[in-house]
Amino acid sequence: MNQVEKSIRSCVEQGRKAFVPYIMAGDGGLGSLRDKVLFLQEAGATAIEIGIPFSDPVADGETIQQAGERALAEGVTLRAVLQSLQSFKEEVKPEMPLLIMSYLNPILAYGIDAFVQSLRESCVSGLIIPDLPLEESGHIKELLTENGIALIQLVSLTSDQKRMAAIAEQSSGFIYAVTVNGITGAREGFDESLAAHLKSLKSISPVPVLAGFGISTPAHVEQLSIHTDGVIVGSAIVDAFHNGYTARISELIEASKLKMMADH
Amino acid sequence: MVQMSSSAKQKGRYGKFGGQYVPETLMSALLELEAAYEEASQDPEFTEELDYYLRDFVGRETPLYFAERLTKKIGGAKIYLKREDLNHTGAHKINNSIGQALLAMRMGKRKIVAETGAGQHGVATATACALFGLDCIIFMGKEDVRRQELNVFRMELLGAKVVPVEKGSGTLKDAVNEALRYWVAHVEDTHYILGSALGPHPFPRIVRDFQRVIGVETRRQILEKEGRLPDAVVACIGGGSNAIGMFHPFVEDEKVALYGVEAAGSGIGTGLHAAAIAGGKEGVLHGAYMYILQDEDGFIQEAHSISAGLDYPAVGPEHCHLYDIGRAVYTSVTDEGALAGLRLLSETEGIIPALESAHAIQYVAELAKGMGPDEVVVVCLSGRGDKDVQTVRDALGGGAR
Repeated sequence: MNQVEKSIRSCVEQGRKAFVPYIMAGDGGLGSLRDKVLFLQEAGATAIEIGIPFSDPVADGETIQQAGERALAEGVTLRAVLQSLQSFKEEVKPEMPLLIMSYLNPILAYGIDAFVQSLRESCVSGLIIPDLPLEESGHIKELLTENGIALIQLVSLTSDQKRMAAIAEQSSGFIYAVTVNGITGAREGFDESLAAHLKSLKSISPVPVLAGFGISTPAHVEQLSIHTDGVIVGSAIVDAFHNGYTARISELIEASKLKMMADH
Repeated sequence: MVQMSSSAKQKGRYGKFGGQYVPETLMSALLELEAAYEEASQDPEFTEELDYYLRDFVGRETPLYFAERLTKKIGGAKIYLKREDLNHTGAHKINNSIGQALLAMRMGKRKIVAETGAGQHGVATATACALFGLDCIIFMGKEDVRRQELNVFRMELLGAKVVPVEKGSGTLKDAVNEALRYWVAHVEDTHYILGSALGPHPFPRIVRDFQRVIGVETRRQILEKEGRLPDAVVACIGGGSNAIGMFHPFVEDEKVALYGVEAAGSGIGTGLHAAAIAGGKEGVLHGAYMYILQDEDGFIQEAHSISAGLDYPAVGPEHCHLYDIGRAVYTSVTDEGALAGLRLLSETEGIIPALESAHAIQYVAELAKGMGPDEVVVVCLSGRGDKDVQTVRDALGGGAR
């Protein structure tokens, strides 16, 4: 079992839900990456998703777009992020999986083989590529699997039963259940049909299911954790770090630990 | 360079180019679109309806015009102009917009989103939406809004909502980003009318098929006029929709040379250009594997061209493939060259071409000169220059003299 899946399962077995914060690498300077990762580790994150800035982030909303622009202005690249991770990997606990979220083109420019090698050297155990659907993932997935790294697949509200089943079958680490039609970013609420969708996905998934997109408050964290194994929170974390409201991050993480939540 | 595997499962490939690199949320819409298009293209009623609108609304077929004075002035091959500038709305873009609007209605979608660069695709799409009573929202880079303010007004007159995009370079690439984001959020009731032969499968194929009418007519017309196929066919390339529409019916005719003309901006050597085949590397942008202007870290670079319609940092996947297999030749013309081409055609033929098309005109002037008087070359005059008069006036320093 991949470390990502192992850590999520262990968290759920202890009666909590997984909490995976997303940070934009290099927002606030690449020097802050270590501090943020160690802060989140200390605050009780289950795994940490590290976003790579990209010139054309079509799956992201304003908050993450702007964080990406700030990081790009700092000259942050995929290569620099992986080097930075390598420099402090001893300080990251073995049971704290690091995930990389990158659009495909920077990975292609890096070279897929070299990239996977660098992921290993930086102790990254999972990868999310938002513009790589199942149909196009074959080659990269093979390489990652050989190296014990999970390629985390996304399932959306528009994925029908057949696609959900096909994606579930190919999944590793966890399934990233996109909770809204749209891009990343805070929202007021979620569609009524979401609970049924998440339940149905959970019932067929061989790996844990985590909900993400639009989750920005402790109430959202609790609500979305009910039918899943936990949540991914991006924009709210990025926003909190950017504005120095780190106490909010702890509140969000606490919401995932509050009580044993019913699965059904 | 990494080669993405091309297993039998992967659809919409032109050699190694193309594919479907999109967020999962869009996959269902792409599969639905593919199925709807497959079915529509087999349905004679759909073809008849499309033909009706192309004939009676757009004004097709467009003439293949022998440019006699231009030919004399150049003193080489006979030059024919495929007059896409005479289409309703002034460019070839309407061929695709009408086709995709009909397709959207067939899928039960009555809301349309589109991107636009020069504004020609935006105007064409706003027109198609007005024609069929569809809601229309157009994303346009703020730099292009500035360069093409009359087209913005046209779109608004036609009832479309135009949203300026402030991000990035404020040009076509950024407009596509925003249109894609909008589509992801409204995918269930909205169709995205992509305007160029790029994006994820099935868009490159759909756009090509709706633009093929250019080449199909040209082929028939040149056979009528000259009794033979042309020696060369020339078209300008941004994403490549007029060019692929023109080229495709000639691809199997190996004796017909195909020339695509990219925008060299201030010159390829300056780095300020939009020539993705001349100066780009393979990669993925907006859903497809293509040649793309990018830096060594895989960040997409801004394209530069005097013509907003060619200001895109990649070239559609089928062109990338035609280049790779050597079937088509891709060359480039600078901003300065395009201005010269625009003046040349204006003065010799009384036709002010769009700045985009002026790139092709300028190249044809060079090409034809080196050919014999018994040879024939056809150039796609993809649009008319009315929209560019202000830009040209500024570039020429206030007057044409």
